[in-house]
Amino acid sequence: MSSSPRPAYVLGGNRIPFARAGAQYAGASNLDMLTAALDGLVARHGLAGERLGQVAAGAVLKHSRDFNLTREAVLGSPVDARTPAVDVQEACATSVETVVSLANKIALGQLESAVAGGVDSASDAPIVVGDRLRSAILAAGRATSTGARLAALARVRPKDLAPVAPRTDEPRTGLSMGEHQAITTAQWGISRQAQDELALASHRNLAAAWDSGFFDDLVSGYHGLARDGVLRTDTSPEKLAALRPVFGTSLDTPATMTAGNSTPLTDGAATVLLGSADWAQAHGLTPLASVVDAEVAAVDFVHGEDGLLTAPIYAVPRLLARHHLTLDDFALVEIHEAFASTVLTTLAAWESDEFGRSRLGLPGAFGTVPRDRLNVHGSSLATGHPFAATGARIVATLAKALHRRKAERQDDEPVRGLVCVCAAGGLGIAAILEAT
Amino acid sequence: MSPKPADTYLDLVNSGPGAAIAATLGLPRPAPLQRHRPGDPLVAGPVLVLGSGPDADAVARTLLGWDVAVHRYAEQGTRYAGLLLVLTDVTHPSGLAGPALEAGSVLRTLAPHGRVVTVSRPALATDAPAVAAARQGVDGMLRSLAKELRAGATGNGVVVAAGVPVTAPSALAALRFFLSRRSAFVDGQLLAVDTAAGVAPADEDHPLAGRVAVVTGAARGIGAAVVDVLARDGATVVAVDVPAAGEQLAAVANRVRGSALQLDVTAPDAGARILEHTLARHGGLHVMVHNAGITRDKLLANMTPDRWEPVLAVNVSAQLAINEALLTSGDFTDAPRIVATASTSGIAGNRGQTSYAASKGGVIGAVRATAPLLVPFGGTANAVAPGFIETDMTARMPALTRQVARRLSSLQQGGLPVDVAEAVAFLASPAAGGIVGRVLRVCGQNLVGA
Repeated sequence: MSSSPRPAYVLGGNRIPFARAGAQYAGASNLDMLTAALDGLVARHGLAGERLGQVAAGAVLKHSRDFNLTREAVLGSPVDARTPAVDVQEACATSVETVVSLANKIALGQLESAVAGGVDSASDAPIVVGDRLRSAILAAGRATSTGARLAALARVRPKDLAPVAPRTDEPRTGLSMGEHQAITTAQWGISRQAQDELALASHRNLAAAWDSGFFDDLVSGYHGLARDGVLRTDTSPEKLAALRPVFGTSLDTPATMTAGNSTPLTDGAATVLLGSADWAQAHGLTPLASVVDAEVAAVDFVHGEDGLLTAPIYAVPRLLARHHLTLDDFALVEIHEAFASTVLTTLAAWESDEFGRSRLGLPGAFGTVPRDRLNVHGSSLATGHPFAATGARIVATLAKALHRRKAERQDDEPVRGLVCVCAAGGLGIAAILEAT
Repeated sequence: MSPKPADTYLDLVNSGPGAAIAATLGLPRPAPLQRHRPGDPLVAGPVLVLGSGPDADAVARTLLGWDVAVHRYAEQGTRYAGLLLVLTDVTHPSGLAGPALEAGSVLRTLAPHGRVVTVSRPALATDAPAVAAARQGVDGMLRSLAKELRAGATGNGVVVAAGVPVTAPSALAALRFFLSRRSAFVDGQLLAVDTAAGVAPADEDHPLAGRVAVVTGAARGIGAAVVDVLARDGATVVAVDVPAAGEQLAAVANRVRGSALQLDVTAPDAGARILEHTLARHGGLHVMVHNAGITRDKLLANMTPDRWEPVLAVNVSAQLAINEALLTSGDFTDAPRIVATASTSGIAGNRGQTSYAASKGGVIGAVRATAPLLVPFGGTANAVAPGFIETDMTARMPALTRQVARRLSSLQQGGLPVDVAEAVAFLASPAAGGIVGRVLRVCGQNLVGA
């Protein structure tokens, strides 16, 4: 183990195309998809039979039988079965968290190589029985006599037999993520038009990236799907403007959030290969970017005035302050598009003098992200958002884009990228990558 | 390896009652072919070497060196696994009688899956007329003889250029290929050996050890089988296919512990990316197998640009562009090999396949003109021309057409992807350096376009 930290690098990535829930991957489980993403990563980087340092991944909607989801994926993949694995869950921030924690272990010399990832299936979501039925079954199981067993089961009422589907609503507020964001959107007065424009840019950027072959070494076709199923190459301002609002319809302000400027339920999996410089060289792999640092923030959306998905607004200034950087120092910025208005409220907060002074403790506005640096290869609105997979998708995409920018420049100026992803529970994670 | 497709007729006529019925009715009775397995002997029995003169002696001696039981005179009653006719010294058509009739006397006792191989010289315009007549006569005789053989036996010929010894590396490699089960579905073919270039492998079980090979169209069918066979023969393999085929491609690359490179071969930077990947990951590139291919069949009378152009772009233009990138890079100079997949359609034509046949004829022209450019580096380029091969592509044919197509060859069955892959591996091997710009058909001696 080395005594001081060393760089940990993103060496590549692989994901399967993301599919609309209930579409091409309706018959695929989280384990199937994570294994497929891992298989493709192993093939791309020639790692069949290799013992890797660790694989860390997770899912947000997870069956209890998948308690060791990642380890099972490793055992089903062609890497050496002696590769350890761990399950991680941090809502939509899951696979950024896995990237950061594994990069830290590499930096400390605890690992030479690692795979970070995430998967989610909204199609194959776990459905459970209600608490009353569950408690009756458990009581019957504990009963020592037939009479007691029957008595326990007799408590069951017909309505208790209805299955319970998983909810992504916030347990403490009972509001869906969309309703939460609708409140924030209204607070910041984000217009319908601005949201639709961001959604359109996401589709156009993603389509252009696909057409240029950008994803040739980032995505492997799966179950007959060759491109992201959510992507609408034929969308237009008119089509987006014609959609009915679906969130915030009971607020006093005009409802602006539609199916077009919100992410749909999605199935998919994504992985990122990480390694030390020595390990990369020994395997003929080119480091794309180093994982410089990361910051996780949380907001009190239950009692306080912050919106559910606003934690990245705080994470980024804290992270950048640690490195004496400003937003101007980033060639590319990735802000996860949970909703178009999530991105727009984040940008608005950073551009606000008042917010900067009162909430971020800065002398004024935090800064501005030029649109030509924002989500330049499309983001979740066009790609879709299988919760735990999104972070790995963003990290791999950004690392490749940064590496390409660096190669195009003929100087030694650092080429940095910023990742930020909001998550349920008022969580948010931000990370800095620097091109190599 | 690819699963064996269902040829129910073949299974039926090799079952007890089915065989009896087929024999009574005089129906074709194809024999299930035997394919090479690692560790198999070169031939499964004695080999009769016919012909007189120093070349016949040299070939017989070489076979002895391969631990083959060699007979120089037909011994009635012996089940020969191989019959070798060395006819390089025939100078007049009348001279064919001796070896031909002696061969005929043992054909009935040729072992199942036996091999007949001729070794001869090409008939040239500069030869004395009688010499050229004798030499060209070998071709006709061999092709007809191959059609007489049954029970999975095949007949092929090695045609060694003037001045090249019959023991040149490529001549011996071709001889080994034709004698072995690697050539199970190659029948009635005469393969030219042009030069004495090439190096016999140190280890005949791993002739591609230390070589880095790229295979396009590798996710399924023939390409996937090529990946498997090249890896079995010792190569490090980079499997290339379009991103849409990523799931299958990953499985192919992972099972041979190779690597997957997703790209569209028609992309302008395809050649550069292939080089970048192979050099960075594997330290070199030695074998380029152009196998990616598509069909958009339509009668020419109904043809549209959107059906014609992609076929030519994928099947031949992409090969030309990638070859140019490799040849101009300076990194494709260590005895390089290019092996391209042509098609019997490109030789004989096929109704409804004008675009496909144009592209596959183009492949044949491309390797002919590319090979000489590689010769200075000990390299070469060649093509294989599959006939009816059991793949997803042929599985989509109408059932009756498919059944008929299978029986239209001397072996009376379709080949398997592995049969094409074995031919590719042979042409990719270091010993095949003397085969320059040729086409090897893998068609079971298809009756079409012979």
